[in-house]
Amino acid sequence: MFNHFELLAFGPTGWGDEILRGAWLTIRLALATLPVGLALGFLVALAKRSESRIARGFGEVFSTVFRGLPELLTLFIIYFGGQFLLQAIVRLFTDASVEANGFIAGMLALGVVFAAYASEVFTAAFNGIPVGQWEGAKAVGLHRWHTMRLIIMPQLLRLALPGLANLWLVLLKETALVSVIALDDLLRMTTYAVSNTKEPFFFYFVACMVYLAMSIVSSFGIGAIERWSERGDRQRPAANPAGGRALA
Amino acid sequence: MNTELLLKYGPRLLEGLLVTIELVAISVVLGMLLVLPIAAARLSQNSILRSVSFAYVYFFRGTPLLAQLFLIYYGAGQFVGPLKEIGLWGFFRDAFNCAVLAFALNTAAYEAEIFRGAIRSVPRGQWEAARALGLHRLPLLWRIVFPQAAIVALRPVGNDIILLIKGSAVASIVTVLDLMGETRIAFSRSYDLMFYLYAAVLYLMLVETIRRLWNVLERRLTRHLRRDTSTKTAVATDLVPATR
Repeated sequence: MFNHFELLAFGPTGWGDEILRGAWLTIRLALATLPVGLALGFLVALAKRSESRIARGFGEVFSTVFRGLPELLTLFIIYFGGQFLLQAIVRLFTDASVEANGFIAGMLALGVVFAAYASEVFTAAFNGIPVGQWEGAKAVGLHRWHTMRLIIMPQLLRLALPGLANLWLVLLKETALVSVIALDDLLRMTTYAVSNTKEPFFFYFVACMVYLAMSIVSSFGIGAIERWSERGDRQRPAANPAGGRALA
Repeated sequence: MNTELLLKYGPRLLEGLLVTIELVAISVVLGMLLVLPIAAARLSQNSILRSVSFAYVYFFRGTPLLAQLFLIYYGAGQFVGPLKEIGLWGFFRDAFNCAVLAFALNTAAYEAEIFRGAIRSVPRGQWEAARALGLHRLPLLWRIVFPQAAIVALRPVGNDIILLIKGSAVASIVTVLDLMGETRIAFSRSYDLMFYLYAAVLYLMLVETIRRLWNVLERRLTRHLRRDTSTKTAVATDLVPATR
């Protein structure tokens, strides 16, 4: 067991720093994917609520297809498809060969999958907002953009947060797939360590523990964000002395 | 579209589809065997059972399926000696078996949580009434609690199977020739991107089949809750002689 700890040492003898470097790429990839997935998911949710039949159809097909395909397949389609596309564009000008950037391909693929699920979460959240909120905003003369930003968004985020938090935890785990397209994430760095030390069980177990640690840390962050988003919803003891629940 | 390539690799893709179905079906059935013991342990009074089952569920739900598969498939290589001694090395040497084991353990963790929630959703009054009628533990669970829990659990279990179908694509990374594996071979030999799109269509068809099947199952399980007009009139006419 003692030399197992040495295997995890930092520096040239151990694999601790390599594994942490991989974990850092995993975190960066997940963080970079999040805004892509959220924005795209929100747009798809808007498309599903649109009055245009074409937009609605697009939204439904998008979320059905990318929720039904294996994430690995989506990743390959975007990675290799992107490569073909890039190559075709470059060949218009020069003979050079290009290679698709794995990080961007991973970000797009995971972002598209995240968006497909997030659009469902946003749609459910939209349905949870009473019509009176839209009508009230209209009655006080707010423009569409202002209605969305000041009235709907704050409530929408609160309703969508638990679902989105879940998707974040799923996303963290799905980043492991990019190790297949030669991106040096946590799992791939672990594989390097395995092929050099012949200790597969030990190192993959360590990798699993690092993934677990990342989701535990995320859960704390999510809890804090949820409390923050509900701050306006909490009962204030002073304003509601009969309501007892806040103190009980 | 290249017909020659399609004739060459198309049948292999379909064979891969069968392997994917086999992989998922065996994993789901094996997983189901583990679900009840794990759910029972999660709900047990015994704190050791509770924490062991919690750790199990947390581990399998909190780590990537691909990492779990590597842990089992490559990890077994670290224990060749002991595994040979107990005669299990033959099992772990085969990537398909390792994938089945990883998927079964993984899906059992997810489904145990679903069943735990479903069992807890059965109102206490149902347990108490069954006990008051003198039902023993087994018939109580089998005839009163499980049928009601099954209705609640059905949807999430269907979703979980769909997630497993999608997740099973990672088996191709440890050399299992499932649909994804055959597709990767076809692509690497032909360099024709269409094969990934064919695979996409096949996966979507598989998922859609499960979805439809689940709608049928749900209609069957909730048939006593439905209030369509035909049964309503039947009940009404039945009641007429009694009230008169």
